Amino acid sequence: MARSGRKLPEVNSSSMADIAFLLLVFFLVTTTIATDKGLTLTLPPKADPNEPPPDITKNQRNIFKILVNSSDRILVEDEPMTDVKELRSMVKEFVLNFGKADEDAQALYNALPQSLKALSLKNESSSDNPKEAVISFKADRGTSYDIYIAILDELQGAYYEIYGERVGLTADEFRALDRKKPDEQAKYTAARNGFPMNISIAEPTKIGGK
Amino acid sequence: MAKFKKKSNTSQDIPTAALPDIIFMLLFFFMVTTVLRESTIMVKQSIPKATQLRKLSQKKLVSYLYVGKPNDPKKFGAEPRIQANDAFIEVDGIIQFIEEEKGKLAENEKDQITISIKVDDETKMGIVADIQEKMRDVNARKLMYAASKRAD
Repeated sequence: MARSGRKLPEVNSSSMADIAFLLLVFFLVTTTIATDKGLTLTLPPKADPNEPPPDITKNQRNIFKILVNSSDRILVEDEPMTDVKELRSMVKEFVLNFGKADEDAQALYNALPQSLKALSLKNESSSDNPKEAVISFKADRGTSYDIYIAILDELQGAYYEIYGERVGLTADEFRALDRKKPDEQAKYTAARNGFPMNISIAEPTKIGGK
Repeated sequence: MAKFKKKSNTSQDIPTAALPDIIFMLLFFFMVTTVLRESTIMVKQSIPKATQLRKLSQKKLVSYLYVGKPNDPKKFGAEPRIQANDAFIEVDGIIQFIEEEKGKLAENEKDQITISIKVDDETKMGIVADIQEKMRDVNARKLMYAASKRAD
């Protein structure tokens, strides 16, 4: 049993690290980490050509109008706006207004957390309730895509903040909810219940651009 | 004095035997996260920044359209164009492109198709509106405007 003196045969592995480094550098250089992120949107179904367009019965007070022209000037509720960042709080106030709440809307209002109730101004000339409230966003063919995304970002942000606050999350956490997991799906539906994201993107006007 | 002269027989070398393992670990991380791009992008792509980003849950349902000014203006002109897979397409070609992409999916997933449009931020809305209209024509209604995270 006197084997302690014998050396084990060893493969020289000192260049292993160099080989691995070479491969590592190759992958580092060729990698572009996939950025599959963006603003999601569901388009409305195609209008049936055999049917006339439905009459618009919505009250003007339930529509929050945003217009952008071909030189990127913004008109919000007939007032010019320079800073897109103001939009988020305006949209939140508009959606949460509860001007003329019927029974359903009153129940919805009562279930809101205090922080959201505080935003409700109950202004008669603004939206009746969140179900009725529509954000109408109309751009021009000559509007730059940059501005379009910036505005859409603010609009969606306003809704996500409302959704998040209803279930005690931040907007970021709400957006990250994984709808494949039942408990997170439940939160998702609870947050959106009664607050449809009514962002209507109108067909752009044709003043600028081709 | 003899106490201090005691010879230590521990080696002064740092063992580097584990180094390859650490490097391999890094290597595997990059190999796993890498997605090799299947098509070369022929248009200018500087994606706009936004905050309210969402991730797409199912990659196989996503098809991409790239919009921007061609990198080679002598050949393809200076106006923004649409690239699908490896070729430029006209607005009318979008319908065919989406139908082809739908054909790759299973029957029950066909209306779940998501079109991710990667639009250069210097583009005007006209071409984007055209794409949206064609998407509605073929009932592919899920759309994503690709954007990158803006740090506030």
